[in-house]
Amino acid sequence: MASRLVAISAAALVIGLIFGPIIAVLLLSGRLPGLTAADWQALRFTVSQAFLSALFSTLLAIPVARALARRQFPGRALLVTLLGAPFVLPTIVAALGLIAVFGQKGLVNALLAWAGLPSFSIYGFHGVVIAHVFFNLPLATRLFLQGWLSIPAEQYRLAATLNLGPRSVFRTLDLPMLTRIAPGAFAVIFVICLSSFAIALTLGGGPKATTVELAIYQALRFDFNVGHAATLALLQLGLAMGAGALALAVAAPRSLGTGLDRVVQRWDTSGLAPRLTDTAAILLAALFLLTPMTMVLWRGVFDLTSLDAGVWRAAWHSITIAAASTALSMTLALALANRWGEWLSLAAIAVSPLVLGIGLFLIVRPFVNPFSVALPVTAIVNAAVALPFALRILRPEAEAIRHDYDRLSASLGLTGLAWVRFVYLPRLRRPAGFAAGLTAALSMGDLGVIALFANPDRATLPLQIYRLMGAYRIEQAAAAALLLLVLSLGLFWVLDKGGRVNADL
Amino acid sequence: MKALAFAAGLMTASAALAETPVLTVYAPDYFTSEWGPGPAIETGFEAQCGCDLQFKPGDLLPRLLLEGQQTDADAVIGLNTDVTKQARESGLFAPHGQDTSDLTLPIAWTDEVFLPFNYGHTAFIYNTERMADAPASFDALLNAPDDLKIVIQDPRSSISGLALVLWVKAVYGDKAEEAWTKLAPKILTVTKGWSESYGLFTDGEADMVLSYTTSPAYHIIAEEDRTKKAAIFPEGHYFMVELAAKIAGTDQPELADAFMAYILSEEFQTMIATGNWSFPAKLDSSKWPEGFKELNLPEKALYYSEDEAAALRDEAVEEWRRALSQ
Repeated sequence: MASRLVAISAAALVIGLIFGPIIAVLLLSGRLPGLTAADWQALRFTVSQAFLSALFSTLLAIPVARALARRQFPGRALLVTLLGAPFVLPTIVAALGLIAVFGQKGLVNALLAWAGLPSFSIYGFHGVVIAHVFFNLPLATRLFLQGWLSIPAEQYRLAATLNLGPRSVFRTLDLPMLTRIAPGAFAVIFVICLSSFAIALTLGGGPKATTVELAIYQALRFDFNVGHAATLALLQLGLAMGAGALALAVAAPRSLGTGLDRVVQRWDTSGLAPRLTDTAAILLAALFLLTPMTMVLWRGVFDLTSLDAGVWRAAWHSITIAAASTALSMTLALALANRWGEWLSLAAIAVSPLVLGIGLFLIVRPFVNPFSVALPVTAIVNAAVALPFALRILRPEAEAIRHDYDRLSASLGLTGLAWVRFVYLPRLRRPAGFAAGLTAALSMGDLGVIALFANPDRATLPLQIYRLMGAYRIEQAAAAALLLLVLSLGLFWVLDKGGRVNADL
Repeated sequence: MKALAFAAGLMTASAALAETPVLTVYAPDYFTSEWGPGPAIETGFEAQCGCDLQFKPGDLLPRLLLEGQQTDADAVIGLNTDVTKQARESGLFAPHGQDTSDLTLPIAWTDEVFLPFNYGHTAFIYNTERMADAPASFDALLNAPDDLKIVIQDPRSSISGLALVLWVKAVYGDKAEEAWTKLAPKILTVTKGWSESYGLFTDGEADMVLSYTTSPAYHIIAEEDRTKKAAIFPEGHYFMVELAAKIAGTDQPELADAFMAYILSEEFQTMIATGNWSFPAKLDSSKWPEGFKELNLPEKALYYSEDEAAALRDEAVEEWRRALSQ
């Protein structure tokens, strides 16, 4: 009963936070004008790039996650952490890193020229998809990796005892897990890519790459046509919720059974072919994800000493916000770890950040000066924005625990808080640590709503990076970006590690 | 949300205990950051007004229009001519009351509501170490080989991007779409804002970037780097001016008037060049900082009045979109 109450209040908070601002904007405009021809074009582009980006991110993540799940090598844990870096960087920084590798004057073209091959242009539809895969492959990889680690070691032992070949092992053990994880991973990535704007435009090479979010921005900032922005925001939200409902409906809910939490040993993957494919998958993924990150490091490392007090103060604000939003987001996620909760949370990343910010401004303003609450509001919004990711990580495990241990718990009379303490939380620790780490890192890197009403002295680190760039201080911006990267990854590593204390993997 | 409002209420209540009158000025984010002109203006004005000048950064006009008559702002600084028509029609502004006959702008200024404080022109910036000869005219740029790559900003999300579209319209008129078609293969990419474009240029990804005639001044003064230059075109450059204005419903009308006067004072005008990397609106060029005197200046400033710009804008952006979408 109590847990039901907690879930309902958490849901109410999320609904209020996401739909409140939209309603505020709708009330302000009072009407919903129809779509223009340019809007339809933007819609087509938005959906097709989001679909392909999600598809490739999900498909490519499978071999990488499989390789990481079944191979042990020195530095594996560090690699798993580092591979997550693109997901947590502010888009402008990551984009410059990506362009330093794939751009006109980037490493790839330097290599091609050296080999006497024609040059390659990143700018175009394929560039948008490459960039989105770069951002989201880490997330998909981690989701699948977690899926593999959740298959009890006993099942692989049994498969080995039965002398099952690699193909049969895949069909009986791996495939059911993949069909359980993939639709949700696809949905969450599809929804993030729906609201892409700056990245899609920059890598897309021009107005062909106009997304719905750009149209919303234009309507609000240039035309001040609030009604038009509200129409587009609702459309974007509807698309995301539709895709989310579909994906969550087809995801296989079944559990894989319980085990004794032994370290997984694989007997079916010692052949030469699986070894080669695994090595290739890990090397290629590391090359694709880590080279642009290295370029970000390289651009910033020489100017680290030029950072002034304002940047460090902003870094401190960002860490505080990250801590607060992680605590809030994890509380909400633990309460909402079911299919409805996950579907609802998708709305948080589907709603246009600009509409969310303006709506919150309208709501807060009658009570308090919005500038004075910029930091708390940013923390709350960041918590909501991280919620779908936290839930995507937690929900499969949470449901598996209920499914697998409910009968045992019932027969032992373990209920309520005791159940949470002895069954739910200990078994959820690994995904919870991962989810908390991701939430903290996302909150660090997200520009969020603070850009809309920030006091000069209450900036966050991503906002300071944009300000430095806007004031010609490109080198200092690069150094601040490096600081952000290190802090985000550090937070992620600490929390993720915390979830794995005393665990074998 | 209630607890939040309560906590914030406590904070504002303690701030209100101080008796000094407060002048609230809305400004763009870049303006108020520690690397913008805001902090120096605040110090300078507070030394003479006996008041507390508070900048509130953010999206100027959208916020003002959202707030309407209930706005907290007493004045605004950092508006752009491309939005003045909308701003004027809101009826939120009062006359600035300053004499604008002796401004040092390249055009005559007679607007009684919006007061210029600095200006610049759109221009393509290049690096002399990477490109010895920049195109000598807009025509030369259009006819340059397609391996010359430029980055520009999107006119639908950026003020400088919109100024470029109006620049092309002012130079090519009915042939603007044709000009865009010629330019299209040379456009490496289009970015959301100025910062992304300029970052791509300084990283060496593009040969030229759409920026301002004043951009090289930053590199000369702050970095002693003389390799960044603006390509000057005889067809003329689009004039961009930044404006301040007084809010009609202000509860501090005297302070707001004093702020308007301060904007045209020599103290403000000598500081704004290196504060905002733009030409001062009322300062003889002999008094400009050294780096600014070195800058290449266009002979001709192209400019649309706000009514002309408003009438042309949608069509010009659509021409741009069509030509670059092919």
